[in-house]
Amino acid sequence: MNNIRVQSEPFDPNQEVDLLRDNDPSIGAVVTFIGLMRDINEGDKVSRLFLEHYPGMTERALQEIVAEANARWELQHCRVVHRVGDLRPTDPIVLVAVASLHRKEAFMACEFIIDYLKTKAPFWKKESTPDGERWVDARESDDKATQHWRAQ
Amino acid sequence: MIQVLFFARFREELGVASEQLEIENLGCVGDLLDRLQQRGEAWGRLFAADQRVMMAVNQAVADRKTPLEEGDEVALFPPVTGG
Repeated sequence: MNNIRVQSEPFDPNQEVDLLRDNDPSIGAVVTFIGLMRDINEGDKVSRLFLEHYPGMTERALQEIVAEANARWELQHCRVVHRVGDLRPTDPIVLVAVASLHRKEAFMACEFIIDYLKTKAPFWKKESTPDGERWVDARESDDKATQHWRAQ
Repeated sequence: MIQVLFFARFREELGVASEQLEIENLGCVGDLLDRLQQRGEAWGRLFAADQRVMMAVNQAVADRKTPLEEGDEVALFPPVTGG
């Protein structure tokens, strides 16, 4: 079962993992990725982050990424939660949690989902630094991570 | 008519979040980008051929060759930075 959410409210990663597991005795492995807001980027102090998205397309893009992961690996449950709006350092930005019978599938699928999310899902970060606000630039290393999966 | 949406840095630099355009002479997304680019100033700069622009039609990833139809929702935005 998949659960995909985009929300401005904070979320509790531990609670999300409990909900993913839901006492399902057939689950053998859970792999979780939690993306957190850092207080430093490109050498500058960051006090605040604003996350913009494209409502409608964002949810659709995440659904497609999770569907692709399910097509590539045998998975039991996937959970993706992404914050939008205002965030502070230490806040969880995104959670990807995957449950499967064995660890390999869960590790691969979790990495695949976050790699694709970073280059395909329409979210944009704007950060507040001592010099003012600025849009975060996309990273070439993220593109490479997505391309690596395409070759497989 | 088609609805064109702009997000993040594009929206701020263009000073507009969305606009409606007649679809006449806009066969594909590339035609739309060329039309917007010809407006010059921020439009000319953001939609120049060497700029990275992501595009979507009806909320699905598109490219310059994606055909346009009456009533379509087109979105133009900078490379994404979520996660």
